[in-house]
Amino acid sequence: MGQEIKLRVTGIDKSFPGVKALNKIEFAVRRGTVHALCGENGAGKSTLMKIINGIYKPDAGQIFIDERPVKIQNPIQARSLGIAMIAQELNYIPEMSVEENLFLGRLPVTKMGNVNWRKLRKDTLEFLKAEKLPYRPDQKLKTLTVSDIQMLEIIKAISNNAEIIVMDEPTSAITQREVEMLFKKIRILKEKGVSIIYISHKLDEVFQIADDITVFRDGSVIESHPAEEMDMDQVISLMVGRKMDNVYPKESVPIGEKLLEVKDFYQPKIFKDISFYARKGEIVGFAGLVGAGRTEVMRALFGLDHYEQGEIVINNQKAEIKGVEDSIHHNMVMLSEDRRRYGIIPIRSVMENASISSLEKFIYKGYAHEEEEKKTVAEYFKRMNVKTPSLDTRIQSLSGGNQQKVLLAKWMLREPQILILDEPTRGIDVGAKFEIYKLITELAKQQKAVIMVSSELPELIGMCDRIYVMNQGKITGELEKNDFSQEAIMKYATSIN
Amino acid sequence: MKQKFDKSNQVMQKYSIFIILFAMIIICSFLNKNFLSVNNVTNIMKQLAVGTILAYGEMILIISGMLDLSSGAVLALAGVFSVNFYKATGSLVLALLLAVIIAVVCNMVNALMVTNFNTPPFIATLAMQMVARGIALFYTQGQNINQLDNYIVFGQGNIGPVPISIIFMIIITIIIWYIMRHTRFGRSLYAIGGNEEAAVASGINVRKNKYIVFAINGVLVGIAGVLFMSRVNAGLPNGAVGYEMEGLTAAIVGGTSFSGGVGTTLGTLAGAFIIGCLNNIMNLIGVNSYIQQIVKGCIIAIAVIWDIRSKSKKSAKVILVEEKEECK
Repeated sequence: MGQEIKLRVTGIDKSFPGVKALNKIEFAVRRGTVHALCGENGAGKSTLMKIINGIYKPDAGQIFIDERPVKIQNPIQARSLGIAMIAQELNYIPEMSVEENLFLGRLPVTKMGNVNWRKLRKDTLEFLKAEKLPYRPDQKLKTLTVSDIQMLEIIKAISNNAEIIVMDEPTSAITQREVEMLFKKIRILKEKGVSIIYISHKLDEVFQIADDITVFRDGSVIESHPAEEMDMDQVISLMVGRKMDNVYPKESVPIGEKLLEVKDFYQPKIFKDISFYARKGEIVGFAGLVGAGRTEVMRALFGLDHYEQGEIVINNQKAEIKGVEDSIHHNMVMLSEDRRRYGIIPIRSVMENASISSLEKFIYKGYAHEEEEKKTVAEYFKRMNVKTPSLDTRIQSLSGGNQQKVLLAKWMLREPQILILDEPTRGIDVGAKFEIYKLITELAKQQKAVIMVSSELPELIGMCDRIYVMNQGKITGELEKNDFSQEAIMKYATSIN
Repeated sequence: MKQKFDKSNQVMQKYSIFIILFAMIIICSFLNKNFLSVNNVTNIMKQLAVGTILAYGEMILIISGMLDLSSGAVLALAGVFSVNFYKATGSLVLALLLAVIIAVVCNMVNALMVTNFNTPPFIATLAMQMVARGIALFYTQGQNINQLDNYIVFGQGNIGPVPISIIFMIIITIIIWYIMRHTRFGRSLYAIGGNEEAAVASGINVRKNKYIVFAINGVLVGIAGVLFMSRVNAGLPNGAVGYEMEGLTAAIVGGTSFSGGVGTTLGTLAGAFIIGCLNNIMNLIGVNSYIQQIVKGCIIAIAVIWDIRSKSKKSAKVILVEEKEECK
């Protein structure tokens, strides 16, 4: 581990009209180390990274690489200085092949100026071989999983001879096992002298991998120390600026009778023999690796996808669910894991996003009662602490956490009995996560049944009353609260039948 | 203070299209003193009726993430059948009904292709455009149908002082406005165009709604067909070529977002009026008809750019407010 400073920024200021985004940032990354940046959304981490990557220009301050002052005007220049950025939202072109994506923007050309496909293929094969990745160069990216694509992004950065790699929430969409693979990769990179700036909301991972930790709050660096000198509670309280007594606001609630029972759910090649139940006041967890079939089961249960066989019993009555309308009719709702794709309607207002599933409450007697709609939605927003400039704001301009709260509000408006929450806290900051946990607890207290699918084991262990574990399309384990442990869950999740 | 400024700015952005229209009317009235005469205004509206009705169809389709390239051809098809039917039966009501039925059937085929066979609307309706035009030409053997007798009452008659075509336009405007603003169906369309998968996951029956949208479009196209044929006093199998583009233009100029999920009835009406006024004033002051096309193209481009710019400023500001909120 080097003591040499690879990247240093001093006195960086950045203002947007009316907002001071960064305030005299002092920050240094050592060669061959992992430097974690922690802070809530809007604390200034991303703004700083965008400055380092040449997307924004700072108002004041200086950036040094190898202690030499540099000016970074644009991302291309950043790349030539050895800086690579792996964004949280992966940028790739699904219809293009692995090789084209890998060399996007810098495809090798012949003397004639056309693409040198032969060289492209050769270089790609070399990289894939060196990295031991089992893809074909001509495979389209849409055939790969998120974690595969992430690996490719990392290779892409390395193939650029990057010496500083910024990773923004690299683990938000991948499973525990893939996280371990990623960490292995990061350790190899460190040995090669590459410096990594690691942005994550998952503090347990930060403590596993980081050498140094810098905490941001409100556009300033609050503290920066070697990781071994800090602990998790300390980091959390520095991030939020207050003490967090309890990360999981779980309360014990009397558990009632069965509200939902699924029997022998089966869809060829996707899942089989799926039987489970959820009771009133109970929070039921679904653990497993990505691809274990959890989301698929929930989507089929909710009526979004087809299932071949199985029985759904709601409130002791057989329920015929052929589409989402049927689920809603049975007071069962689902929050999707992919907020952008299945959740928000980006260009419509937060109010419309919240009321879209309950329009019959506001449009009756032949016309729309807009005042009533505004009042009701505002009430729910207040109760759920949604931060939005106005009800007319487009939902796309809210932070991930607030979008998620709006989507929850949408379903709360229907006063559901059964809630399926698929990765409810993915990609949102600690403060918003806590609020969502509180809401889930509140729902359980109201004697609703909550099914929570999550890839974050601590979250499941902290919040649930019972956990099902899935692996390769089957339920491989069921754990009662007393038996919860990460080891037990991982055993079921990875066991091969 | 700042709040106030933001508010007035928002009003500006929300009503930008109406401000453009208003400015245009003022400029036009200076250019030619006859522009605002009752006669001329009635004339403009009569000429606008068909295009505006088609524009509403395009608008609801675009809002829900689709479009219709077949409306001009289906209009002609419905029109020629309706004209002949009238000549055979002498019933105005039945002739109107037949036009509507034919146009709705064509649009049901469009809907079938788009929803059940997942054909992109662009392709599906392009195919329908060719088929419908072909049937219209085959049926009439390419001959115009003349001597429409009383049929022309739709396009040329009056009730009191008000032309019937304008009455059609006004009633349709009110109905479309009501649908888009005061029904669950209308609200769902914005969601479907904004993010179809999210709409499905929110419990909206997207397929059914798409059929209804095409059905409404069919009704509008059928009515437009009758108005068109009776205005020109002939059944023209080759008529209304490119009218779908007029409808699209009016909707887009009126602020309907081509990527779906955004658009208003009154905006589209304003868009249609902007184009109508432009055509009219250029005729009044005797602009060369080739030059007219150039001017029209430029004005449309400018209007749309202005609209997009004012809207993107708005969303940029909102993001900043949001960042500020989070920093607190």
